[in-house]
Amino acid sequence: MPGIKDKVAIIGMGCTKFDEHWDKDVKDLMIDACWEAFEDAGVEPKDIKAAWWSTMWNGDLGRSLAYPLKLDFIPITRIENRCASGQDALINAYHAVAVGAYDLVLVCGAEKLKDIGMPSPGADPSTPYTSRVDPTYFPVACFAQLAQRYAYHWGIPIEKVKEIMAKIAVKNHHNGSLNPKAQFQREITFERAMGAPIISYPIGLYDACGVTDGAAAAIITRADMAKGFRDDYVLVKGVGMACGKYQWEFDDEWEGDHIEENIRASRMAYEEAGIKDPRKEIDVAIVHDCFTITELAIYEDLGFSPMGKGPEDVEAGTFEIGGEVAINTDGGLKCFGHPIGASGVRMTYEVYKQLQGKAGPRQVKNPRLGLAHGFGGTPVDGGTGAVVVLGSRD
Amino acid sequence: MAGIISYGAYIPKWRLSRDLIAKGLRGEKAIAGPDEDAVTMGVAAVLDCLNGVDRASIDGLFFASTSSPYKEKQISTIIAAAADLRRDIFTADFANSLRAGTAAMKAAADAVKAGSAKRVMVVASDCRLGAPDSPFEQVSGDGAAAFLIGEDDVSVSIEASHSIFNEMMDVWRTSEDIYVRFWEDRFIQTQGYLPVTGEAISGLMNKTKLGPKDFSKLVAYSHDPRRLAELARGLGFDPKAQLQDPLPDSMGNSGTAYPLMLLVAALEEAKAGDKLLLASYGNGSDAFALEVAEQIEKNRDHRGIKVHLESKRMVPDYTTYLKWRKMLPKGMVIDKLYYWTYPSAPPIYRERNRIYPLHGVKCKSCGKVQYPPQRVCVKCGSKDNFEEVRLSDKKGTLHSFATEFVSGQLLGTVNFEGGGRMWCNITDTAYEELKIGMPMEMSFREVIYDFGVHNYFWKAIPVRA
Repeated sequence: MPGIKDKVAIIGMGCTKFDEHWDKDVKDLMIDACWEAFEDAGVEPKDIKAAWWSTMWNGDLGRSLAYPLKLDFIPITRIENRCASGQDALINAYHAVAVGAYDLVLVCGAEKLKDIGMPSPGADPSTPYTSRVDPTYFPVACFAQLAQRYAYHWGIPIEKVKEIMAKIAVKNHHNGSLNPKAQFQREITFERAMGAPIISYPIGLYDACGVTDGAAAAIITRADMAKGFRDDYVLVKGVGMACGKYQWEFDDEWEGDHIEENIRASRMAYEEAGIKDPRKEIDVAIVHDCFTITELAIYEDLGFSPMGKGPEDVEAGTFEIGGEVAINTDGGLKCFGHPIGASGVRMTYEVYKQLQGKAGPRQVKNPRLGLAHGFGGTPVDGGTGAVVVLGSRD
Repeated sequence: MAGIISYGAYIPKWRLSRDLIAKGLRGEKAIAGPDEDAVTMGVAAVLDCLNGVDRASIDGLFFASTSSPYKEKQISTIIAAAADLRRDIFTADFANSLRAGTAAMKAAADAVKAGSAKRVMVVASDCRLGAPDSPFEQVSGDGAAAFLIGEDDVSVSIEASHSIFNEMMDVWRTSEDIYVRFWEDRFIQTQGYLPVTGEAISGLMNKTKLGPKDFSKLVAYSHDPRRLAELARGLGFDPKAQLQDPLPDSMGNSGTAYPLMLLVAALEEAKAGDKLLLASYGNGSDAFALEVAEQIEKNRDHRGIKVHLESKRMVPDYTTYLKWRKMLPKGMVIDKLYYWTYPSAPPIYRERNRIYPLHGVKCKSCGKVQYPPQRVCVKCGSKDNFEEVRLSDKKGTLHSFATEFVSGQLLGTVNFEGGGRMWCNITDTAYEELKIGMPMEMSFREVIYDFGVHNYFWKAIPVRA
């Protein structure tokens, strides 16, 4: 069967603290993340044969990565696929290594939103309608519509959905409190989440991720070469990506109670990885919780909960550290914030650390399989779902 | 004989209680919402007038206003496009005078009589701005009226007309002014309004050999209802029985559209055989003798004045009104941050069919209606096999909705009756009133003014019953 299962390995990763880095340039963040990855893998920048650079707003060309790191005239591809940019860059790097094009490559994702002055991440510089008569895809308003449809479709009162969302926020903030690299490291109470100011009902302040700066990096090689670098390398088991087509916006039969791109991307990745029952087989998942309603939909999209049953699993603690599938053990976008091009690589960093047993107080017991999931775009304008499944070596 | 085939009007949903302008002031006035202007109100009045009319039968469109958002750029073309009229029609704008509405009506009737057009749509719309604290701010209101003028199937015949022009500086606005200027009220009334309008009406009565008793109603522009009564009395009309209510406390003075909106209100009550006398004022006066025909009974299915007046929402405070009229500076330029693109003339032109008449496409293979227009069918995948369908006049239901706290915009997805879906802005309502499945309709609004472009597009509103 074609695919890249067990052909590619991650041998080093780095990640900055995600924060308001008023004192740092995006280049500083890239250098910090990449050097941590180089040191983790035991390689030098001159060993890197090719690189993939993931960002939305912080550098258009491949040289944007070569310049701060002083990479030596190697091929560098810049990847932008909105919030799934990091997963996309990783997937492209995996493929290049899997076919034998390069032995040792670098993936770096970085974004500095605090220099841009945007009120929130996800504003759309690439709307297809330059006549500018159409509404802007305010991400929060699009995901609030998902919440409305989710509640309507499953017959759950919207107030109940809001409570479930608050519980997801409490869980992620608890996990973030265990993570020194997270932007927000304080626990919150259910009452605080419920009582927070509304941004776009039912989404309140604690249902949304923050505006942040950050960078993360990965060093990737062929699986057969990986043990030459370290013992606890992590293997790529399967990848999947699916792009939407503005289906919610113009297809009047589109229900809008879930995110199809996530379903398709995860099924591709599961097939390649040979996963039959993700709830049983996946031990840790870092998913795209841009809003808590998104995480609720993802439980079902990715097959961790039966459709419409996510709320019951939240109540049962299924997705907490120590639960059946630990989700967003690092605190998620909720606690890291969302520097768009960096997030996908940052998620992989947590999966990598968990599979190595190096996640400290957040550590899941003996994880064998983990995944990082990104969703770029919104349910309304259609997005990119991307899933990377990683496994510890046998 | 030329006359009115169909009529329509538009009054914005929003009302400002005059008590918010100054404590103790009586009544309320209709005010355009933040996304409305003379253009959008004109479109709404034309659509009301088009109810039951074959669009293809219309040969011309005349727009009249003193508050066009452009100094150079025809408005009648925007309205004709939004109303989805034929392209080979004659369009013209009548401007610069409160008399522009009746001037357009006379020109339309003359064109019909001369045979250069069979049916001409006349629309008058005004959104005039009074300076804060000025008396004009208190009396003005916003609105629009539309009439289809033609020769067959006429509901109201135009029997005769008489015009007077009068050069004086009574009410005016220079091309640099934002607010309407006035000379002293007594000068306007005693030297302008009363004698000039009186002269036009008397002239008309002489011409037609009709006296005040022959008319069931006098429908006339006025700055002030008391002066209107004085005018009527002076001409021999009974102000109590024969005057069309000028609606000062529910609507306000809507400028160019005012006499025509009052005519719509009069026609809503009129019956066959009634004679009406219509008079405008502004650098002179145009007076018309009208006679209501039996067809009026087949012409009742319009929202007109009555339905629009009943369907209203109050503006919460005066500050909101000031913000809407851009009289208060914006604290944050959030909309600039959100929009990285700008209104670009080529795409507006290229996409004119989807923007102005809100055309979607219907797949000829599988029948699926899609908006915005696609080249490849989302359902069956066939390519370039579509026909255009108009969605602006389709009712729909709300599929989902949201608001966003930074911009304050209401957003939602509307499913149209007969197929098609649109992700769009919602206006004229509040988030708390939105519900999945509620009936919606489309309304032509300004989306944003930027780079010198008034960018107009359709938004969804709860059906105005």
